[in-house]
Amino acid sequence: MLLFDQGPIETTNYMILGYAVIFGVMLIYLVSLYLRRRRLKQDLQVFEEIDKKGQ
Amino acid sequence: MQPKPRTLQILDLVTVLFFLAAVGMVFFYAPLEAVMGQVQRVFYFHVATAWVGMLGFLVAAIAGVAYLVKQDRKWDIVGLSAVEISLVFFFIAIVSGSIWAKPSWGTWWTWEPRLTTAAIVELVYAAYLLLRQGLEDPERRARFGAVYAILGFISVPLTFISIRLFRTIHPVVVGSGAAAFDMSPAMLQTFLFSLWTFSLVFADLLWHRIRLGRLAERVEALKLKIND
Repeated sequence: MLLFDQGPIETTNYMILGYAVIFGVMLIYLVSLYLRRRRLKQDLQVFEEIDKKGQ
Repeated sequence: MQPKPRTLQILDLVTVLFFLAAVGMVFFYAPLEAVMGQVQRVFYFHVATAWVGMLGFLVAAIAGVAYLVKQDRKWDIVGLSAVEISLVFFFIAIVSGSIWAKPSWGTWWTWEPRLTTAAIVELVYAAYLLLRQGLEDPERRARFGAVYAILGFISVPLTFISIRLFRTIHPVVVGSGAAAFDMSPAMLQTFLFSLWTFSLVFADLLWHRIRLGRLAERVEALKLKIND
């Protein structure tokens, strides 16, 4: 009863921390997908050139 | 290099719009919880990311079965992609849950059944990625990945039912009956919308990750050809 009389507890900082982790990790994963794709495209180009020269 | 399909472009756009709407609902539509205050807003994406985690592990197990039956490497790429995405989202669920736990339970972490089994699931699938890297032969790697994804999935329903089997301080949200997590209609709408949105996020990311896997396979095949 006492808890309700006092209203919700102050937890804004925890909410900010929680969403910083959620958005931060998602962003890191998206960047990792982009970077891996870029690196693979470069590798593919290099290997295709080597393959053509070898034929 | 295959261009991005039109359907994927549309899915990207729809996913971003739904995601922005879900963020809007969490912060501006869902009411402030009477006891826990602002930190309760973490709940919507905490459960949604855990859902994506479990969904992906299920997809990986199904892809494992499909690979063993058809011996088609595309299923190995699907399984690997699903596990990778799920590991990321399950990690988010564990960490965001820990942040929510601090003001609610007074501790960042406790070895109660849900948290313990969730940590085990994360470690089981992290090991999947590490062990795969140790296998050079693509066929052997795919076979190992398939069997591991099927066996590893046993840990997932165990996590889901752990809070129903054992006495725990973790709240039961889905199918909880008498011990229902008390939600107002606006909270329930935000919760369900977040679940749907993260399912879309999963589908979108899975498609992108599969494309990346196909590209990696092409590079690996070319590399092997040159080395021969």
